[in-house]
Amino acid sequence: MGKRVLMKGNEAIAEAAIRAGCRYYFGYPITPQTEIMHYMAKRMVEVGGTVIQAESELAAINMVYGAAAAGARAMTSSSSPGISLKQEGFSYIAGAELPAVAVNIVRAGPGLGGILPSQGDYFQATKGGGHGDYRNIVLAPASVQELYEMTVEAFNLADRYRMLTLILGDGALGQMMEPVTFRDQEPIDLPDKPWALTGTGGARPHNTITSIYIKADVLEAFNQKLQAKYAEISRKEVRAECLNCEDADILMVAFGTCSRISRSVIPVASAEGVRVGLIRPITLWPFPSEVIAQAASQPSVKAVLTIELSCGQMVEDVRLAVNGMKPVRFLGRSGGNLPTQQEILQKIMKMAGR
Amino acid sequence: MKAVFKRTDGLLNVPMHYCPGCTHGILHRLIAEAMCELDILHRTIGVSSVGCTYNNYEYFACDMVQAAHGRAPAVATGVKRVHPSKSVFTYQGDGDLAAIGTAEIIHAAARGEKISVFFANNAIYGMTSGQMAPTTLIGQVTATSPFGRDPDTQGHPINVSEMIATLPGAVYVERVSLHDYRHIVQAQKAIRKAFQVQEAGLGFSLVEVLSTCPTNWGMDPKSSMDWVAEAMIRQYPLGLFRDPKLEERK
Repeated sequence: MGKRVLMKGNEAIAEAAIRAGCRYYFGYPITPQTEIMHYMAKRMVEVGGTVIQAESELAAINMVYGAAAAGARAMTSSSSPGISLKQEGFSYIAGAELPAVAVNIVRAGPGLGGILPSQGDYFQATKGGGHGDYRNIVLAPASVQELYEMTVEAFNLADRYRMLTLILGDGALGQMMEPVTFRDQEPIDLPDKPWALTGTGGARPHNTITSIYIKADVLEAFNQKLQAKYAEISRKEVRAECLNCEDADILMVAFGTCSRISRSVIPVASAEGVRVGLIRPITLWPFPSEVIAQAASQPSVKAVLTIELSCGQMVEDVRLAVNGMKPVRFLGRSGGNLPTQQEILQKIMKMAGR
Repeated sequence: MKAVFKRTDGLLNVPMHYCPGCTHGILHRLIAEAMCELDILHRTIGVSSVGCTYNNYEYFACDMVQAAHGRAPAVATGVKRVHPSKSVFTYQGDGDLAAIGTAEIIHAAARGEKISVFFANNAIYGMTSGQMAPTTLIGQVTATSPFGRDPDTQGHPINVSEMIATLPGAVYVERVSLHDYRHIVQAQKAIRKAFQVQEAGLGFSLVEVLSTCPTNWGMDPKSSMDWVAEAMIRQYPLGLFRDPKLEERK
C-alpha cells in the first residue's frame, strides 16, 4: 500500500497528472481550481516538466493541442467561464483526434455567476460543448481519492481513444481536503504514437495533423469514424456505482458532490421504513442508461429522483433512460447552494407516499 | 546535362491552390529553401493557420499541424516545449495574426518562445473574399470598407513588426517584401535568419512579409506588385526592428 496524504482535491488532481506521466500543463487562473496550477508550478520543476501560465484559456487549450500533437501527455484545467472559452480547443481536439485531459472544477453560472460549487455545466460537458458532432469522455469523481484515481485513468482513456477526457468536478470537490492513498505504481497505459509530430527525421513521410476536411464525403467518412469510436466507448467504458438498488422503493440518481449527500440519505430513509437506492454515474458520457433502466424496471421501484446542483440537466438523460417506465422527479439547488440531507429525505418521503 | 534549377525538397510535388499573382507561393518556396539550406527540414514542425494557407500542411515536406484561427503561436508553443531541440514555425496571415490572434502573438513574443513566425501581410482577408483586415490601409476599398477604410469609424492599420519589436522576448523582427526580385532575395535572407536565431536558442523571431492579393484587391498581378511597392511600403516601411547582433553591440 502506498503513501497516505491529506490533500486538497485540486492538489490531488495535479499530483495524479504528474504520476500519470503528464509533463505539460497549460492554464489560466480562475477560482475555484487555481491550486492545480499552484501545485503544478512547484512540482513540475522537480520532474522536469513544463507549466505555462497562458494569456487566456483559449491560448492554454491550444497549447495543449500543440503539445498533444507533438506526442506528449498534456492537460489544462479551469472552471466554468474558462471552460466555455476552451470549447473552441475541445472541438479542434476532437476534430484532430488528439489525446488530452481537461479538468472542469465547476462553479455556479451562468455568466460570471459565482465561485461556489455547481453541476450546471453538465449539458456543456456531456453533449459536446463546442461546435460539431463530437463527444468527450466525461468522468465524475466524488472524493479526493477519486479525483486522483480518475485523473490517472483520464490520461489512459485519452490515449487509448485519441480524444479529450474531461474530469467534471465541482468547487466543493476541488477545495475539500481528504486523505488520499497513492499507489506505489500507477497503471499507465501508453500506446505508441506514430502519428505524432516529432520531425520526420528524414526517415518517414511528413506527418500532418488537421481538423479540416473540405470535401463533404471525406468529412462524412471522418464523422462516421468518430461515431464508430464513440459507439465502442459506449459499449466498453460505462461506469456507475449502484448502492442499495436491489428491491429499492425509490431510486436516486446523483453524481459527484450530490452523490455524497444522497448517499447519506439511505440509512436515514431506511430508519423511516423506506428502502432507497442510489445510482451514481461515474462516466457522465458515456451515460449509464442501461444501469438506470435495469434498476428502474424492478417492480419494487415506485419512482426515480434525480438530484443535481443545477436546475435540471442530467435529469433529461435519466428520463431518456427510464423511458416512461416510472415517474422521474427532480431535486436541484443552484447558485452554489447544496441540497441538505433533510431536503432530499422530505422529497423521498413524499414520493413514497409517507 | 547540368541541372541549374530544381524544386526544393522542402515542398512536396503537389499543385498549390493559390490565385495567379499571389505571393504565397513565393513565400512557401523561401521557407522551404531555408529549411533545406540549414539542413533542418527533417527536424522542423510547422503550424498552418486559418486563411488562404489553411492547408499548407499539404505542401511543406516537414511535419505540420493545422491550428484554429489565430492560435498558431499557442499551438507552436505547445509543440516547441515538447520538442525544444526541433525548429518550429508558424505561417500566418494578417487576419489570423493581427485580429483574432493578437493575444497569442503578443504573448508568444513576450515569453520569448523560441519559434519563428512568418507573417504574410496583404492588407486584406483573402480566404473569406476580401474583407477589411487590421492591416488594411486608410482609404483602401474592401468588401467591408466599400467606401474606403475610414479611420474615424474603422480605425488605423496595425504595424505589427513595430509593435512586436517593443517586447524584449522578440529578438529578431524584420519586415520584408516580395514585390520584386531584389526584395525577394532580402526576404530569403530574413527567413533564413529567423530559423538561425531559433536554432541558436536566442528567442522569438518574426518576419513580416508584405504580400499581394490580386483577386481581392481587384488588380492584375503586375499592378499588385506595384501597389505593394508604392502604397503598402509607405504604411509598412521595410527594415530591421530587432536584431540579435544589434543587441550585442549595445
